[in-house]
Amino acid sequence: MNFQQEVPLAWYLLLSAALFSLGIVGFLIKRNLITVFMSIELMLNAVNLSFVTFAHQWHAVKGQIFVFFVMMVAAAEAAVGLAIIIAVFRARATLAVDRIDLMKL
Amino acid sequence: MHLILFFLFAGFCLAGAINLLLQTHPINSALSLIVVMTSLAVLYLLLGAEFLAAAQVIVYAGAIMVLFTFVVMLLNAGREERTLGSKAAARLGFPAITVLFAVLATMILHAHDLASASLNDDITSTQDLSRVLFHELLLPFEVTSVLVLIAILGAVALARAGHGDGSVDR
Repeated sequence: MNFQQEVPLAWYLLLSAALFSLGIVGFLIKRNLITVFMSIELMLNAVNLSFVTFAHQWHAVKGQIFVFFVMMVAAAEAAVGLAIIIAVFRARATLAVDRIDLMKL
Repeated sequence: MHLILFFLFAGFCLAGAINLLLQTHPINSALSLIVVMTSLAVLYLLLGAEFLAAAQVIVYAGAIMVLFTFVVMLLNAGREERTLGSKAAARLGFPAITVLFAVLATMILHAHDLASASLNDDITSTQDLSRVLFHELLLPFEVTSVLVLIAILGAVALARAGHGDGSVDR
């Protein structure tokens, strides 16, 4: 019966590790402030997939609730981060991370 | 069926993530990130997390990515110059990432007590989830709501034009 096929949870974890590594690569090679921030979101998503996989493994509801909290914190982080990006753009008129290398204005 | 769906959407995920790295225009990167997040929602559903699948689509692919695309369009972010990162990234970063991924993959593949997922596994219903969330974890939930409120206020304070120097342009 082909419809009863099972997927090992290790594959989900491998996918999560691959997405996390791609997120780090993006963080290193992207040169736009917004895409660097998107790479961070990609890493958060990869970790969330790990959480859901382990919640399925141990039949624990709390793992899924942790993902819910991570989502809420990520929403708050995205709002504040994008506001900071807008403030930086207003002060520097550029989004290239190579030219944003000073803390003071 | 589970296998086909897993490979289909895992492929979408990886393709979207790689496309995010290859695109030079931020709006294309944002759209491929939406592909990644929506396929992740399907993977959550395959793992029996129905509430999280819905929340992933609504919160991530909906709210957060709309915010991203809005900021990309607001700032008129153009094409970025393509570099392959700094020298430190090339010499230290990429070997470190390769080692990290290799270590993670080895650990995962050597873990023996990992189960497998199939379509007839039980689904964690929203009812079960909210029972735990609102009985045992009510305080963290309320603290998170305060955190989101503070984040909204902070975002408004940061993004407002003119910081008290009288040069508020309307």
